[in-house]
Amino acid sequence: MISVEHLTKCYGDFTAVDDLSFEIDEGHVYGFLGPNGAGKSTTMNIMTGCLSATSGRVLIDGHDIFEEPRPAKKLIGYLPEQPPLYMGESPMEYLQFVGQAKGITGKELSEQIEQVIEQTKIYEVRNQRIATLSKGFRQRVGIAQALLGKPRVIILDEPTVGLDPIQIIEIRELIKELGRSHTVIFSSHILSEVQTICDEIIMIAHGRLMALDEPGKLEKRLLSPSEISLVTDAGAEQAQSLLTPIKEITSVNTELMDGGYLRAEVKTDNGDIYSVSRKIFNAFKDSGKALLEMSLKKASLEELFIELSGNPAESETAEEKEVPEK
Amino acid sequence: MIAVLKHELRIYFRSLAAYVFGAFLLAFVGLGSMLYNLQAAVSNFEYVLSFGCLIFVVIVPILTMRVIAEERKLKTDQLLYSLPISTTEVILGKYLALLAVYLLPLCIISLYPLYFSQFGDIYLPTSYGSIFAFFLLGASLIAVGVFISSLTDNQGFAAGIGIAVILFNYYSVSLSEYVSSSALGSLVAICVLVFALALIIRYVTKNDTLAYSFCIILLAALAILCWVDTEALEGLLPDIMTALSLFERFYVFVNGIFDMTGVVYYISVIVFFLFLSVQSLEKRRYN
Repeated sequence: MISVEHLTKCYGDFTAVDDLSFEIDEGHVYGFLGPNGAGKSTTMNIMTGCLSATSGRVLIDGHDIFEEPRPAKKLIGYLPEQPPLYMGESPMEYLQFVGQAKGITGKELSEQIEQVIEQTKIYEVRNQRIATLSKGFRQRVGIAQALLGKPRVIILDEPTVGLDPIQIIEIRELIKELGRSHTVIFSSHILSEVQTICDEIIMIAHGRLMALDEPGKLEKRLLSPSEISLVTDAGAEQAQSLLTPIKEITSVNTELMDGGYLRAEVKTDNGDIYSVSRKIFNAFKDSGKALLEMSLKKASLEELFIELSGNPAESETAEEKEVPEK
Repeated sequence: MIAVLKHELRIYFRSLAAYVFGAFLLAFVGLGSMLYNLQAAVSNFEYVLSFGCLIFVVIVPILTMRVIAEERKLKTDQLLYSLPISTTEVILGKYLALLAVYLLPLCIISLYPLYFSQFGDIYLPTSYGSIFAFFLLGASLIAVGVFISSLTDNQGFAAGIGIAVILFNYYSVSLSEYVSSSALGSLVAICVLVFALALIIRYVTKNDTLAYSFCIILLAALAILCWVDTEALEGLLPDIMTALSLFERFYVFVNGIFDMTGVVYYISVIVFFLFLSVQSLEKRRYN
């Protein structure tokens, strides 16, 4: 549906987007994830034709957004970071203008306006001046505008920023609903939001693609458990001597707990975590000491996110090989 | 284009802009016709217009200052970029809306000669020829205003620069009498102008090579001209100032000549500045 090919955007010496490539398939909700300044807005602006790329191109259903802007833009509805609203107008007038500019006229226009007003639930404020509306309603009017002309892809740039918790929930619901009939791409720097709403995550940092996958798979692939936490009644030295012979273990941290128990955090670089825990179990069984608790620790997507966006040099080399260009 | 036109008209007629523009134009032309046609009992309506065109200095920048600057300020220009309409359509729609706002009071003004002809002997062809030229003059000043508004996101700045530019244009013929007409004077002034233009090009395009080559080529051309024929430089600066005056062309019509070159001149100015506005809007996409 949308293919972004080797996109690069430089502002003077600063490279905001660096050789970014990915594909958007129809019928999914994509979460565009990255910290502030990662190049999310820049990428979205280029995808919608608001900004030119220094190099690379964006194809919307085969139409280059810069070579054939008209057919390409008809397929996209875009809500920029700051909703582009004319404060002196009412949502009704505003939608009429956008609809006409998208080439919809007459009965078709009034029908579509009615439909998007219903979808975004702005019926009661449709004749009020936009300047008097709350931020949540303004965001909805912005989304309504993007829906006009029945575009196949809806692109929303940080649609939940600056809203109160109730409004955030409402907008998330709306995005989920839109996802049933459109391909939706929305950006956010809040991971939990992306995790709950979308079925594909595009993660970028420093203008580069970090990962593109389903949230579940992403977690499985990038966050396979590598830490085992255990509680035992053995002493610190004994526990050390039991664990050190297992060569898959890279480090052991022990900590004395109340009641004379010992907690040990074991790290491993082995992919097969169960084989490591089996060895630990057997070692303790042979020694006669009890393993009272043993759990596999999973890093959260949040931690991965921080790690990925924190040090680009390390993560690039680590992740780039792993991430296939979908 | 139609959508932009309708939208702009709605904005103008909802805000005060269109009414203030119309009221000032009508008041000033009305004042002129009272002074000339009624009190002094002159039967030439065109003199009223030549008096009235001074008001453009104030009302055109006030009308045009928001046209693009405001879109930028409120970030609504992003909407225009993302809609399936071209930048040319946006500028044309906006310009046509401005012309409509301008034509409305002008329609009322064009009734005056007919009305006066009931009470005296008025030569209607010159009156209407002048009204037509008055329309073209205003239309080209509006095109200049649109371009100035496209350069900034600050409306006040756009208005200030607009007033300065139009005022300078209004007085450029009178000023040209005071500038040096010697070859050396012209040479120095033109060199300064070339440097200023190169600086503006460098600022607008952020392209050093373009600005430097523009500067060097023009200076070289000037040097060659100076070497080949020094006399050609004499009086060049005042001539350029006169040629650039939009108002000077209008006075030709007032004097009773329907000057086709003037019409072509105005239309070229309009096309040129609208083209520049489109480029200025396009340029925003590139940085």
